[in-house]
Amino acid sequence: MRIVIDDDLCQGHGVCESEAPEVFELGKGHLVTVLEQSPADSQRSAVEAAVRFCPTHAIRLEED
Amino acid sequence: MTTIDSAARLPIQVSGGHRADGHLDELRTDPIGLMERVRSECGDVGMFDLAGRKVVLLSGADANELFFRAPEEVLDQAEAYPFMTPIFGEGVVFDAPPERRREMLHNQALRDKFMRGHAATIATEVETMVAAWGDEGEIDLLDWFAELTIYTSSACLIGPRFRSQLDGRFAELYHDLEQGTDAIAYVDAYADIESFRRRDAARVGLVDLVQTIMEGRAQGPAATEDDRDLLDVLMSIKNPNGTDRFSPDEVTGMFISMMFAGHHTTSGTAAWTLIELLRNPTELALVTSELGELYADGDEVSYQALREMPHLESAIKEALRLHPPLILLLRVAKEDLEIGGFTIEAGQMVGASPAVSNRIAEDFREPDAFRPGRYLAPREEDRTNPWTWIPFGAGRHRCVGAAFAMMQLKAIFSVLLCDYEFSLAQPADTYRNDHSKMVVQLSQPCTVHYRRRADARRVGGSS
Repeated sequence: MRIVIDDDLCQGHGVCESEAPEVFELGKGHLVTVLEQSPADSQRSAVEAAVRFCPTHAIRLEED
Repeated sequence: MTTIDSAARLPIQVSGGHRADGHLDELRTDPIGLMERVRSECGDVGMFDLAGRKVVLLSGADANELFFRAPEEVLDQAEAYPFMTPIFGEGVVFDAPPERRREMLHNQALRDKFMRGHAATIATEVETMVAAWGDEGEIDLLDWFAELTIYTSSACLIGPRFRSQLDGRFAELYHDLEQGTDAIAYVDAYADIESFRRRDAARVGLVDLVQTIMEGRAQGPAATEDDRDLLDVLMSIKNPNGTDRFSPDEVTGMFISMMFAGHHTTSGTAAWTLIELLRNPTELALVTSELGELYADGDEVSYQALREMPHLESAIKEALRLHPPLILLLRVAKEDLEIGGFTIEAGQMVGASPAVSNRIAEDFREPDAFRPGRYLAPREEDRTNPWTWIPFGAGRHRCVGAAFAMMQLKAIFSVLLCDYEFSLAQPADTYRNDHSKMVVQLSQPCTVHYRRRADARRVGGSS
C-alpha cells in the first residue's frame, strides 16, 4: 500500500499522528509528514484508522 | 482552475432582481428559494445580483470542488463577509493575513488532546442548566441552547474562571450581535437600521461586562495556577511602559470572534437535532437505546462522548444536512478564472451553498427526508459526497471546530436524552428557521416539553 496526502485538504488536525504515530508526523506549520511512504502490513489497521478518522478526508491509500 | 478559454461565457443571471438593489431583497427574505432557483435555471454555475455586485453561485460536486480547493490568492475569504467587521471590531481575525489566521484557527483549545476535558466541562454545564428545570416544563429551544452554548464555548475556549463570571446577560447581548447580520451590510455595514443599532449597543454592553470582570481581577487576588484562564494571560501582557497591551474593547473583540463560529452553529444544530428526532420517533428510539447501552455501566460523559455513537452521530449529521447553520459560503475572486466553461471576473463574489448542495437529489436519495441511515455503512453518503455534503464546508477552509462540535453535541445529548423525555409543544411543521439575517436562527416560538425520566440518573460529567 502507498499513502497519498491531499495537501489542499490537510488542516493539520493531527488525528493521523494519534492513530499511527510511526507513519505520520505533524510538522511545523501544522502540515503532516509521511514518515513511512509504504508502511509494513503490520501498520495497516492503524493507517486505515488514520484514513477513516481524518477530519478532512485528506489521506488516501493506494494498493500496490 | 484553468487559464481563460476564449470560448468561455459569462454565467447566466437568475430571473427576478429587477429592482435597483437586484436580488438583495430576496436574499433577505427567501435566500434558499433564490439559490435553488439559480441552480434550477442556470445549473452548476449561475449568478445573482447583490445590490449591483455580481455573485456567481456554484453548486454540484465539480464546481464545489474547484471552489473549496482554490487558494487564498484566487478566492479570498477575507473580504467576503463585511457584516462581521462591526461585530468583531476593526483589526480582529478577518483583517489578519492567511498565515496568521491559520495559527489562530489552530487555537490550542481545539486540539485533540484537550477534547476529553472539554467533554466533562460541557456535561457539567448542561447539568447546571437542567438543575433549574424541575420534573416537567417547557423550554424555548433558541433561548435555551443559545445560553447553554455561551457557557460551554466560554468555558472551553477562554476558561472556567471567565465562564463562572458570566450570566444570562452575556447570552442576550451576544444574540443581538448575531441578529445584526442583515445582508444590507453588503451595501452599508453601518446603515441606520434597528438591528444594526442593537448590534452596536450589544457590543458596547459586552465590552462593559468584560471591563467589569477585568477590573475585578486587577483588584482581586491573582488567579492560582490551576485557575488561570485566557483572560488572565491577556491581562498579564504589558506594553514597554507598563500599561496593558490589550484594552477591554480589544479583549472583547477577540472573545467575540473566538466564540462566534461555534456558537449559533452548535446551538442551532442542537435544536434541529432534537426537533428532527421528535418528528421521527423511530430514529429517536434508536438513539435513546444506543445511549442507554453506552451509559449502562455508569461511564462518564467525558469518556463516552469521544467514542463512536453511530446513531446519534448520524442524526446530528442529518440535522446538519437538512438545516446547515451557514447557508451561503462566500469568497471574492482575486483574478479572472474559469469554472465549468464560465468566466468569473476578478472582483466578483463567488459562493457555494450548503443549503442547496446538501439536497442535490442525485447525491442524496430522498433529499428532503430525515434519514440518518444514509450515513451508516455501506452508504456513508457524507464520505462518498465530500464536495456536496458540506455542512462544515470543505477543503482548506473546512470548519476547524467540526470535531469539537460533534463531541459537544454528543455530550449535550448524552445528558439530555438519558435524563429527560421530550415532546414537541407545537405542531411539527411550525419549527422553522428565520432567514432574514445572514446568521440563521430558529424562528420563535420554538418550544418543546420535557419530563424527567422515571429511571433518570445523573450521567456524571465531572468526577
